Amino acid sequence: MSRIKSTFTRLQTEQRKALIPFITAGFPRPELTVPLMQALVAAGADILELGVPFSDPMADGPTIQRSSEAALAHGMSLQKTLAITSDFRKTDTVTPVVLMGYANPIEAMGQEAFARAAAEAGVDGVLTVDYALEEAAEFAAMLDHVGLDAIFLLAPTSKPERWTELQKLARGYVYYVSVKGVTGKRELDLAEIAARAQAIRAALQLPVGVGFGIRDAKTAAAIAEHADAIIVGSRFIEELENSPAGEELARISALAHELRRGLDSV
Amino acid sequence: MQPYDLPDERGHFGIYGGIFVAETLIAALEELKDAYLTARHDPAFVKEFERELKHYVGRPSPIYHARRLSEKLGGAQILLKREDLNHTGSHKVNNCVGQALLAKRMGKPRVIAETGAGQHGVAAATVAARYGFECVVYMGSEDIKRQAANVYRMKLLGATVVPVESGSKTLKDAMNEAMRDWVTNVSDTFYIIGTVAGPHPYPMLVRDFQTIIGRECLTQMTEAFGRQPDAVIACVGGGSNALGIFHPYIPFQDIRLIGVEAAGEGIATGRHAAPLTANARAGVLHGNRTYLLQDENGQIIETHSISAGLDYPGVGPEHAWLKDSGRAEYVAATDTEALAAFHTLCRYEGIIPALESSHALAHAMKIAPTMGRDKLLLVCLSGRGDKDMHTVAEKSGIQF
Repeated sequence: MSRIKSTFTRLQTEQRKALIPFITAGFPRPELTVPLMQALVAAGADILELGVPFSDPMADGPTIQRSSEAALAHGMSLQKTLAITSDFRKTDTVTPVVLMGYANPIEAMGQEAFARAAAEAGVDGVLTVDYALEEAAEFAAMLDHVGLDAIFLLAPTSKPERWTELQKLARGYVYYVSVKGVTGKRELDLAEIAARAQAIRAALQLPVGVGFGIRDAKTAAAIAEHADAIIVGSRFIEELENSPAGEELARISALAHELRRGLDSV
Repeated sequence: MQPYDLPDERGHFGIYGGIFVAETLIAALEELKDAYLTARHDPAFVKEFERELKHYVGRPSPIYHARRLSEKLGGAQILLKREDLNHTGSHKVNNCVGQALLAKRMGKPRVIAETGAGQHGVAAATVAARYGFECVVYMGSEDIKRQAANVYRMKLLGATVVPVESGSKTLKDAMNEAMRDWVTNVSDTFYIIGTVAGPHPYPMLVRDFQTIIGRECLTQMTEAFGRQPDAVIACVGGGSNALGIFHPYIPFQDIRLIGVEAAGEGIATGRHAAPLTANARAGVLHGNRTYLLQDENGQIIETHSISAGLDYPGVGPEHAWLKDSGRAEYVAATDTEALAAFHTLCRYEGIIPALESSHALAHAMKIAPTMGRDKLLLVCLSGRGDKDMHTVAEKSGIQF
């Protein structure tokens, strides 16, 4: 059983919701990424999404764009993100790690070479924003072959016939994008998100995580009632941006704790 | 080769093209594709498009025989397809009229566009004013500095110009930002992409709207010269003017199709914008798979060209396919060569070409002397050079 699947199975028996933080690999500094991942787990994260920096992050808002640019300026790359995952695996063999990024770094490495290297590094899932379902069949099969979960997005604009299309390729969990838009700060329509997340959960045989624009424990808790997982990204990156050097781990832990408490109140 | 029926239904030209976008945009692309496929077979739509091209754009654009220039070169005759005479000053308006009519048909009150040199931005702002849409144009802050006059032009036309400060602050970043806007405002917004790139169906529909250039040439060449040209030459950034003039000629096997990319400071220096000529690796950016200038880690690298309109790391997927299939040839002209061609056309024909088009001209001037006087080179003069006064003056050490 994949780490992602066993994580959701365990959470289900415990009747808890998954907290999935997103951080950009190499931000604010490459040597901090593994300690940040460890701190997030210690503070209650169940799955970690690790952003692979890309020069043209089209689906991301300003916060994650800035983190991507800063990480690239530190020499971060897909190869190095895999190395970070390997390092993390030396101390944590349980927590699933999902790489989230864009197609071109994978294209440059070669899809098959990437799948092998990612499996070897201890990655559990791969979410590639611009590998739309239309273009993802072969890649998803390659991931499946080496035991990695191909994770896909569903959006408020996705028609129900795509949900079934997605079912054929998707593994691990489905990432429901809460809004029409890019990552980052905005008003969320909680009622609509709840209705969509519930419908998708009922239709698919996979856990549903909701992300984009979730900024506090209260919102996380409200959405978690209708989902299996909550994904928080920009808010963590902001915390890192605003943190004086040396306080990053403490700030990140505090935010993760707060979100955890919110989810556990559900 | 028979006329081919590409792209396939999912937008592929061989291994190129496709639909590489975030899920949120899929429904909008489906809606656009359905609307376009219906519209293009609707006689009323086709008729309105043609009427607008005639009465608003001023088509057909003439083919002009550059006799003094040809005489100076002493070889093949240079014929210029005068897209610079279109309303707004370039071929960009052809596509903008087409997409604006689609937007109207789809009931979208707001249009957005990306722009590099500002020609597409001006054309988009123009049609937005013409059809009464709200218009937002994304433009890299570096390009805004290079193209101040076009920025003001867009504002005069009622568009909002949003400076893009991310990445290299040029065309590719403007396209990222336009995509982000579209994702956010997808229900009421039509994204007018300016070139034959982006996710399906854009490369197909932009090409189709631009083929008016080549279709006119087929008729005009017969009328004026009694035959078709020996070669067709056009500059290639994303490649919309090139595909517009090439496409109707693809079935004519003995007519050479030559795309001219921007060699910047020289292909060997690495400071250029010529993915096809430099044999860049294929990759995925802005919704399609194509030749892409990138580093070994798959990060997109900064390009360089004196011409903002060619300053783009990728190229339309159909050009990638035409290169691999051997039907079209791709070469590059440097900044210096383009500037020389620019000055020559000014002095010998009284025509000030856009720096983009000057690349095509530079290559024509290179090969014409090697060919007989009876040969005909048809060059797409895609735009006029008024917008480039500042850049050219600066190169000559002149400040306004």
